[in-house]
Amino acid sequence: MSAKRHATQPFHVVGTRPPRYDGADKVTGRALYGPDISLPGLLHGKVLRSPHAHARILSIDTSRAEALPGVYGVVTAQDLPETEDQTARDHVLASDKALYVGHSIAAVAASTLHIAEQAAQIIEVEYEVLPAVVDVMEAIKDSAPLLHETMKTRSLAGESQTPSNIASHLQHVKGDPAKGFAEAADDGVIVEREFRTAMAHQGYIEPHAATAEWSTDGHLTVYTTTQGTFSIRGHLAELLNLRLSQVRVVPTEVGGAFGGKNDGYIDVATALLARKTGQPVKIVMTRAEVFLATGPAPGAFIRVKMGATHDGRITAAQAELYYEAGAYPGAFVGAAANVIFGPYDIPHGQIDGYDVVVNKPKTATYRAPCAPPVCFAAEQVIDELAEKIGLDPLEFRIRNCAKEGTRQVNGSAHTDIGCYEVLKAARGHPHYSAPLEGPHRGRGVAQTYWGNWGAQSSCTVSVNADGTVSLITGSVDLSGTRTSLAMQAAEVLGLTLEQVKPSVGDTDSVGYADTSAGSRTTVATGIAVARAAQDVIAQMSARAALLWDVPADTVAFHQGAFTAGQDADKRFSFAELAARLSETGGPVTGVGNVDVREWGASFGTHIVDVEVDPETGQVTILRYTAVQDVGKAIHPGHVEGQMVGGVVQGIGLALYEGYVYDQEGQLLNPTLLDYKLPTALDAPPVETVIVEVPYPKHPFGARGVGETPIVPPPAAIANAIYRAVGVRMDQIPMTPARILKKMGVI
Amino acid sequence: MAVVWIPALMRDLTGGQEQVSAPGKTVGEVIVALDEAFPGIKGRLCVGEQIDPALAVFVDGKIVRLGLLASVGNDSEIRFLPAIAGG
Amino acid sequence: MTSKTVVSATINGERVEFLCEPHQSLLECLRDILGLTGTKEGCNDGNCGACSVLLDGRLVNSCLVLGVEVEGRTVTTVEGLADWRGLHPIQQAFIEEDALQCGFCTPGILIATKALLDREPDPSEERIRTWLAGNLCRCTGYEVIVRAVRSAAARLAQPGEEVAR
Repeated sequence: MSAKRHATQPFHVVGTRPPRYDGADKVTGRALYGPDISLPGLLHGKVLRSPHAHARILSIDTSRAEALPGVYGVVTAQDLPETEDQTARDHVLASDKALYVGHSIAAVAASTLHIAEQAAQIIEVEYEVLPAVVDVMEAIKDSAPLLHETMKTRSLAGESQTPSNIASHLQHVKGDPAKGFAEAADDGVIVEREFRTAMAHQGYIEPHAATAEWSTDGHLTVYTTTQGTFSIRGHLAELLNLRLSQVRVVPTEVGGAFGGKNDGYIDVATALLARKTGQPVKIVMTRAEVFLATGPAPGAFIRVKMGATHDGRITAAQAELYYEAGAYPGAFVGAAANVIFGPYDIPHGQIDGYDVVVNKPKTATYRAPCAPPVCFAAEQVIDELAEKIGLDPLEFRIRNCAKEGTRQVNGSAHTDIGCYEVLKAARGHPHYSAPLEGPHRGRGVAQTYWGNWGAQSSCTVSVNADGTVSLITGSVDLSGTRTSLAMQAAEVLGLTLEQVKPSVGDTDSVGYADTSAGSRTTVATGIAVARAAQDVIAQMSARAALLWDVPADTVAFHQGAFTAGQDADKRFSFAELAARLSETGGPVTGVGNVDVREWGASFGTHIVDVEVDPETGQVTILRYTAVQDVGKAIHPGHVEGQMVGGVVQGIGLALYEGYVYDQEGQLLNPTLLDYKLPTALDAPPVETVIVEVPYPKHPFGARGVGETPIVPPPAAIANAIYRAVGVRMDQIPMTPARILKKMGVI
Repeated sequence: MAVVWIPALMRDLTGGQEQVSAPGKTVGEVIVALDEAFPGIKGRLCVGEQIDPALAVFVDGKIVRLGLLASVGNDSEIRFLPAIAGG
Repeated sequence: MTSKTVVSATINGERVEFLCEPHQSLLECLRDILGLTGTKEGCNDGNCGACSVLLDGRLVNSCLVLGVEVEGRTVTTVEGLADWRGLHPIQQAFIEEDALQCGFCTPGILIATKALLDREPDPSEERIRTWLAGNLCRCTGYEVIVRAVRSAAARLAQPGEEVAR
């Protein structure tokens, strides 16, 4: 089923704006989220966390806690079976070292949460405090304290010889950067700048929550707030040394995730306590614990150098990216390296990326992981180049934009992209040419791209006797995918949306799905849904053939009806044939499995007008326009919601959000008072422009859209601030104090 | 012969060449052939008898799951990139 | 263990009695003792608004109110918005305008919206944003929420909606 063919046919469900399935339960408070789960005999768990950023754990004495009335059990790393991956075990329950303030040391289950909290406080831990390192550029020095004493830098150059906090080094080189810069030095412009970005949190309003229960025959059930039920199943099976079939993970509604709920932080501890006590145990994280001990987005130090000729052609681009991995390796530096110069045709380039451990929580993915910092950096350098050359910012980008076949610095060629289309739409938008008058006001633009991850999904479609169908996938619904997937099923089956009942299954009830992340669900699980629907059509066609006594390959399905040839008598609507299934062979269940092995791209260009108060440094966003290539908007309202929501998160990163650590590695702002999320007053109205360059790999042409919109705002706002008050911001968040300092006011 | 794009940090083994051709019907065979021509390549790409899990292997623009067993066509393009996903 | 207090209150129009300890917040009492899990905990220190309820018609963060403080008073939670007529017009507006994604902030925002519209039947966009500044939403970027509040105001102004909701 090719997207091109579908793009010319009118759709009857895809592209409309039906209400979401989960709306009624969510507006009435009936929807059950992780913290809402309760079971008979439930105990409440509390985790004891390290007060030190870096310390050797010499001993843990749980006896006083265990003796406290109301305490049913205490667990530590000792309760975990020996498994291969020591890192994964230490992350959930530290064994020999605490590597960040908040690192899990032990967990208690008690009859009330208050007793569990009291008990946690009387667990006696002996620490040998070690010097901490919290700055990425300090951590790479030879003199820095080592978090993992034997860890050496992994890279394709072979393993390094001496232990280091640099976990890995990647490098991409295209062409001859020295030559490219020489050309720009000769007859053009070179700009080189350094930037710093702060660690930031996904800021989901719902904290992590898990409830675990064991059957007496060794089967574990965990109700948990997660993006990936199968990821959590694998995590539990691995760390508890269980068969996958012994573990059932049940998804609850998720109160926001944005990449921060792909990993399990309390699920293992909850399961261990439930096994030890023989009763169900629930752990809900506090807000402070969420800040301290989940998986925030890494901060970074980034150096970018770009050169271009006087007639506006980029000749060379170079970047060094140093990302904080947190306590254990794994920042998505590779993604940053893909995105940084991705929207441009760069003839000569070099990118070096470093994943560096520091005494902070292990970082995880946050909506386009590692992309906002590199966009903040590169898009400002691009802006400065354009200014020095004397070209309009969008014109400069259009002249150098990536096209079909453009090879990136990492060597991959772009295919099926809408980079130019998006830039063109932005340039032609009324916002871009609207007059902007008044002092301290400026307009900035930035572009980026992110992809849809693809990966694996399963889907089951079961036909009911009245022609309605149930649709089950394992893809956790974070923001509306159960509706967009049902729309795709309805489209293929020629049904109305009311005739499709979607649900998200637990890990026992449906086939494997990779986590709902990487903007993959509507696209990849959508392909699985289409396949399952096609399977239903094939099976039902065979039943029609049986009833009409014709060869199966003469049966056609079109616009919701089965026919054979031109014979007007041979016609069944979907519902009519569904009623005959039990007499023609029994139930019909369609299955679709998919492994999408390509990375699709969704380009975005943003335009923003700001006003900077020269006395307070406060930035007011006057107007914001987000243009994005979404391939095909399955549900335009949901797509717009992703764009606006992503932009406001990006504004948060740009102006308000950032972890503040002291030298000892203590997090100074683990509260929603001091870590400021944008409020309704801070968020501007956002105009969204949907561009549709169909993605051929998806039956309706859809691209993954959720992550791209968070990426450009810091860069676009920084470029606007430059035009407003003439200063280049090299740090995010761009707080009033930092702006005033750059302006020389303070 | 498949065309293999040599990652920047491995070009010291290929005398600076960015792109090298090598025969083989699978990614594993191609790597073995590369290693014969440019000793040390296999050790950089593999951990034991498997592709380094930190690497993603792309054949003709598609990520391959079969690692060394992934099949390779006559004019295939093979690329090694850091493995990534999303958030 | 401290001894518990009996608290009598009217919750969502019903006379209710429950036992709680002096240090338990109203939020905890609603969720863990009364089983009304519609009201959510996002921060437990008054900074996110997910726990918003009406106390004698006034908007409060229930994490900052003690359970014992509601003795003899009325509390309205999200579970009390719909009645025998069906969904409250505010709830209907939020569904129609698709003013939610994950839905976790939604109960608090619905309650805050009711508190606003009970006082100001026709608030401007700026007034809405100011009023809702104490309710964090991380998914929607607030645009659709503002639209839904304006739509709810219009619904409530229609004839037939005079019976107090």
